[in-house]
Amino acid sequence: MTAPAVLPKLVGQRVRRREDPRLIQGRGTYVDDVTIAGLQHLAFKRSDIPHGRILSIDTSAAEALDGVEAIFTGAQIAEFLGPMPVPTPFPAPEHRAVAADVVRYVGDPVAVVVARDRYLARDAADAITVDCEPLPAVVDPEAALSGQPAVLHADFPNNVAVGPLPAGTGVGRGGQVDDSAVDGAFAEAEVVVSQRMVNQRLAPTAIEPRGVVAHFEPGKETLTIWSSTQNPHILRTHVAALTGLGQDQVRAIAPEVGGGFGAKINIYGEDLVAAAVSKRLGLPVKWVEDRSEAFLATIHGRGIIGYVDIAARRDGRVLGLKLRLVADIGAYNMLLTAVVPTQTMRMANGTYAFPVVRATLTEVFTNKTPTDAYRGAGRPEAAYFVERAMDMLAREIGMDPAELRRRNFIQPHQFPYKTQVGALYDSGDYEKALDRALEKAGWEQLKAERDAARADGRLVGLGLSMYVEICGLGPSARLPNGGWEYSQVTVERDGRISATTGVSPHGQGNETTFAQMLADQFGVPLEHIRIHHGDTAVVKQGIGTFGSRSQAVGGAALHLAGGKVKTKMAKFAAALLEAHEGDLVFENGRIAVAGAPAAGKTFAEVAAYAHRPVKLPAGLEPGLSEEAFFEPPNNTYPFGCHIALLEVDRDTGEPRLLRMVAVDDAGNLINPLIVEGQIHGGLTQGIGQALVEEVVYGDDGQPLTGSLMDYAIPRATDFPRFELDNTVTPTPVNPLGAKGVGEAGTIGSTPCIVSAAVDALGGFGVRHIDMLLRPEKLWRIIHGGNA
Amino acid sequence: MAQVSITVNGRQRTADVEPRLLLVHFLREHLNLTGTHVGCDTSQCGACTVLLDGRSAKSCTLFAVQADGSEVTTIEGLADGDRLHPLQEGFWEEHGLQCGYCTPGMIMSAVNLLHDNPQPTEQEIRDGLDGNLCRCTGYQHIVNAVQHAAERTNRG
Repeated sequence: MTAPAVLPKLVGQRVRRREDPRLIQGRGTYVDDVTIAGLQHLAFKRSDIPHGRILSIDTSAAEALDGVEAIFTGAQIAEFLGPMPVPTPFPAPEHRAVAADVVRYVGDPVAVVVARDRYLARDAADAITVDCEPLPAVVDPEAALSGQPAVLHADFPNNVAVGPLPAGTGVGRGGQVDDSAVDGAFAEAEVVVSQRMVNQRLAPTAIEPRGVVAHFEPGKETLTIWSSTQNPHILRTHVAALTGLGQDQVRAIAPEVGGGFGAKINIYGEDLVAAAVSKRLGLPVKWVEDRSEAFLATIHGRGIIGYVDIAARRDGRVLGLKLRLVADIGAYNMLLTAVVPTQTMRMANGTYAFPVVRATLTEVFTNKTPTDAYRGAGRPEAAYFVERAMDMLAREIGMDPAELRRRNFIQPHQFPYKTQVGALYDSGDYEKALDRALEKAGWEQLKAERDAARADGRLVGLGLSMYVEICGLGPSARLPNGGWEYSQVTVERDGRISATTGVSPHGQGNETTFAQMLADQFGVPLEHIRIHHGDTAVVKQGIGTFGSRSQAVGGAALHLAGGKVKTKMAKFAAALLEAHEGDLVFENGRIAVAGAPAAGKTFAEVAAYAHRPVKLPAGLEPGLSEEAFFEPPNNTYPFGCHIALLEVDRDTGEPRLLRMVAVDDAGNLINPLIVEGQIHGGLTQGIGQALVEEVVYGDDGQPLTGSLMDYAIPRATDFPRFELDNTVTPTPVNPLGAKGVGEAGTIGSTPCIVSAAVDALGGFGVRHIDMLLRPEKLWRIIHGGNA
Repeated sequence: MAQVSITVNGRQRTADVEPRLLLVHFLREHLNLTGTHVGCDTSQCGACTVLLDGRSAKSCTLFAVQADGSEVTTIEGLADGDRLHPLQEGFWEEHGLQCGYCTPGMIMSAVNLLHDNPQPTEQEIRDGLDGNLCRCTGYQHIVNAVQHAAERTNRG
């Protein structure tokens, strides 16, 4: 077979991933695979009570073990490591990586062991005894607001971390509140639905636990830190600041990272302790989290109570929304802890043109693991509260839930649409996504099937939810470390292309998608392109991978850098070909005058000339390497519609998902295969929240879900085959028109599962069921017990 | 210390180990075969799955001394030289992985599954992989990957 005349365009194609050959052969290097001569292992001694004052710590038995290099208590660590940085614009209590006086959650570290191997380090940690005076544990966030039974942080009366923070109609710039319009809407309403809903705590549970290797080299005075992180550049910033080193002295590397889901955005105490201890001892050190440890030491997600009220007319027209939020943020502020619930407030409108909206947020300290970003980070909670309430309204007025949505959408001509709570939706066509989903699911027929099943005595329910969410994080005004992204594109001397990106993929497949983009931009084969990421010594600048920003922000930076190089390369080619650069085409690895490909030059020829320009064209510097920073003017707001068919077993209460239809609009897509994978994974986590996942604390503040035996994450047997489709509404906020897709599935799916369960059990008089949908809970509804 | 002799990926390996050393740590730290991963400490996740005398086994739940005299195959031993195993091909073709951390264990479990049942239904694949957790893919592309391998293998 002869080669095609022109290389096929790759953007939009289902290209198999370039990351995979190493990963399917076990040749990837994750942080626990990194080893260095003389490596020491860390183990943390952690508090086993939720709240208490440290009276004494006895490390003598641990120190006596052969092979223990050093032990540091919190007080000793404090001598050479400052408090954890919390760069959000909210007040935060002091947070020590290792507690020195008071422990505030089960898992709070109190000492760290440095030892020859990981087994010995664990032995030594177990041999440390800690004497604590127990203090009352604050567990219920609403009770905590009265300061009972204790106050966690002296400067935060009644355990209030943030708020009450108002947003929406009638809220002035200074925070003053005029409720008249909102009260008026509710006074006019023919129907009001009101519900308290709990969006429960979750454990992110990337299959690779966290880990870090820190290697300070005395004499060289540099520190290299490998960490299972989503953002090595932010890690470098914090590690340098906390160890007293310059950013030029710190190199942060994210090797293969085994999933993040938001939990690996944070700069954790263990990262900082490893860096500080390595510098202190002049030895390389490693710490790898146990799974059981991860349930205590890695941030949790969600954990927010919503009081939702919707005012409406009987014809289904909504008049107003009230959303009062109480976030149970745990014991301390981590990197984005305080910010995540504000995103719930910011997405209060959902896809609907509510005439008035009042949102109010209070964040509360409790004696639990801190919460922070988990896939969706604030948006799933908003979609859940609003969509569940819309579903309740539909049932209340006896209207088809799809029809109710249709009557209240923000319309395509209204974009960009500024919501009352401060979001500026970039583009959207919600009715199109709804219609596509209804068609894909066969909505009318599905309703008939449900009714027929019910007539047979089966408990079958249908759920539908819309969602809109925030992707493409930045802009810089919204993120403490900046919201841009960086890329450098280099045409090497042999004509092949190396590119770096400041996003740090851990499953997203950017080595493939970014290469697809450059292949099309330059007209070269995919195999001639290499994408580098995750190493601050290789990638000069960057922010990282979170908030579904890889494509919308990182991809845009890559595209801009590529464009700069291409422009420069055209100038060199024009000089070689004695042609006008505007007449040149880049095709099949060659640059030629349009219409005369045979007379063109190969990439290697042009690149060789650019790197040895004996006759340098006027105004050009040698070389073919350019960089770009892309600062997005706004976020993107992807949206979609999800539909679920679910059956509850009458005898056992067990819910069984029968169908799951998801229509998502992420704007333009680079690789539909990878997009599908992202949506599948997102759906699984969103459905997981509804059906199997919950972090549970006892009334005494003890975590009851401390291992994967107690905390369930979904298994292959929990799902039917997902049915996907998409609509395409490009965004105007970046040159690619791509919105982002990493979190969408998690956001739309959860409310529609719960709505399907409520629909299935509607005959028993139930209006709402708090997650998770435990069989026992459903069985009680069916059989007359308490829900 | 106890002496163990284990044939790993066709090579006999002898070492003195602590009796409490887990098989997974023997593979990873004594033999530098780091393709086998650790994702939990309670035998739930399956990231550490290897073949022990031809059957899938969770290597974080076995002491190295329990594998004394046995044959172990890890992900590194699955391909035939440069020729990928049909399951490796399937995972690549069908986008059966994202972060790749669960993948070696998932593939080794699937090897056992297809050995027992060369033509599994979709439900049998899902049941067969119930002991392996993946947090990225939602499993659908993993099911496709196993189907891909099964079709390939059965076609010869």
